Amino acid sequence: MSEPVTALATAELALADDALVLSHRLGEWAGHAPVLEEEVALANIALDLLGQARTLYSGLGDEDELAYLREERDFRNCQLVEQPNGDFAATIVRQLFFSTWQELLYGQLTAHPLATKAVREVAYHRDHAEHWTLRLGDGTTESHTRTQRALDALWRYTGELFQPLPGLDADWAALRAGWDERIADVLGRATLSVPEGPREGGWAAGAGRQGLHTEPFGRLLAEMQHLHRSHPGAKW
Amino acid sequence: MTTVLPGTPGDAGAARAAEAETAQTRAETEARTYGPAFDAAVAADERIEPRDWMPDAYRATLVRQIAQHAHSEIIGMQPEANWITRAPSLRRKAILMAKVQDEAGHGLYLYSAAETLGTGRDELLDKLHNGRQKYSSIFNYPTLTWADVGAIGWLVDGAAITNQVPLCRCSYGPYARAMVRICKEESFHQRQGYELLLELSRGTDAQHAMAQDAVNRWWWPSLMMFGPPDDESAHSAQSMAWKIKRHSNDELRQRFVDICVPQAEALGLTLPDPDLRWNEEHGRWDFGPIDWDEFKAVLKGNGPCNEQRISQRRTAHENGAWVREAAAAYAARERNRTAERDRTAERAQGSQPEEVAAR
Repeated sequence: MSEPVTALATAELALADDALVLSHRLGEWAGHAPVLEEEVALANIALDLLGQARTLYSGLGDEDELAYLREERDFRNCQLVEQPNGDFAATIVRQLFFSTWQELLYGQLTAHPLATKAVREVAYHRDHAEHWTLRLGDGTTESHTRTQRALDALWRYTGELFQPLPGLDADWAALRAGWDERIADVLGRATLSVPEGPREGGWAAGAGRQGLHTEPFGRLLAEMQHLHRSHPGAKW
Repeated sequence: MTTVLPGTPGDAGAARAAEAETAQTRAETEARTYGPAFDAAVAADERIEPRDWMPDAYRATLVRQIAQHAHSEIIGMQPEANWITRAPSLRRKAILMAKVQDEAGHGLYLYSAAETLGTGRDELLDKLHNGRQKYSSIFNYPTLTWADVGAIGWLVDGAAITNQVPLCRCSYGPYARAMVRICKEESFHQRQGYELLLELSRGTDAQHAMAQDAVNRWWWPSLMMFGPPDDESAHSAQSMAWKIKRHSNDELRQRFVDICVPQAEALGLTLPDPDLRWNEEHGRWDFGPIDWDEFKAVLKGNGPCNEQRISQRRTAHENGAWVREAAAAYAARERNRTAERDRTAERAQGSQPEEVAAR
């Protein structure tokens, strides 16, 4: 398999991997959601993300080769999206962090063909995550506690979102400022606090983009790739 | 009506009896008054709508059938969702996720249809979780290989469509309309399942063998989806008289076999029935005996996955309780906030005329 040759291709591969891996995590919810409406909503978001991944991969090579035949160290997704689903609050917080970032980034990439198409999808994802953040944060004591815990646990993976992806024509400082503002606003309305822990340094910043992942990711890939790898060359 | 003084136990019993008698008398009077119009509407193939009078037993049968149908969509997500994370190509993964999502959507339409009969989704889900209402026996079989996803699409959805297309003309309007929408999506899923099997059948030897093995395991359970033979079907006669059902179990099963045999041939796969032969005289395929003992065992809860399916459903519901409570608490708070805003606005408006008057 050939490595992407341009900076833009490398950046697109990272965006595609983000979408694929988060879509996979959301797919794990099927049949386990707290209400039927969320079965529909989570599957819907997963499908949008899978569609984005496929569009990007197809521009870079064979989508199935890229998804199924690369090793863990070759994947360029950020560590946030590979985090296990946890409870519904953890899934919603992960989605809020990611979708807000994606909406702001895609809003900037007006020249990119995928971004113009996907920006409406990601606005819907952000809206869904935002509404649930409000319900959970300002719901019961239990839901508030769980959501704050999820925010605190996932916060360390957010710094990576703002490591510039060379090749993408984006203003990363503005992206970060916009994201901080949006998240602070939503969390404030949800009666939740913006976590204070570190957002970068060591493994937490930019590691996924370099193929350094967290431990659960290897198992995700083992499950995802197993069947495809068991039948080399087969068509499905 | 006799006036009964409340308070003494004997009188309370008499009051209950009188109440029951009154309810029964009222039902009888209603049946005499509206029954003929109901029968005439059914006979004329008109649709019965939620506000129309209907016999209690008609209502009960529909609630049972629609709820069971809704539950089947919800439980039916599990065997297929079992393969979402392992789907062997991104295209197949997208198709499978969309299908499982459609099933949740079908469950939602059907619970809504059941709710028009005066029941609630929560109540129906409780009955599913405590085993008082059933779902289709087919979903108690495990999906062991990727080919099972194709076999479910082709055979299980195929059988469901054969059963459900006549329901588009069912006498109860909301159910019939739900079926029109559902059947369109189901036919699409069935074609995709067939196409998945075709790709496997024409693929490598290992893929072909995987497809054949899946068809071998799903064929007989699919035939059981049409229910017990006509002479043992408890609800059939009444349901047909009410035009809830349009064809007998055996009739639909035969129709399904006749459709599947040539399709299997086109797929390059065999059906696991040594007795399958063309009957020249009747112009249909004769097939071997169905193992009704297995069918009964699965219905009783002793199939391969009964325990697992219900337990996953219950766990999802229980794990989701705090989420539903949070949503309810938030909604209540929002209502209060809106009411408070309205009161403030009213007060602001209310004070206006006084100020004007003062001036």
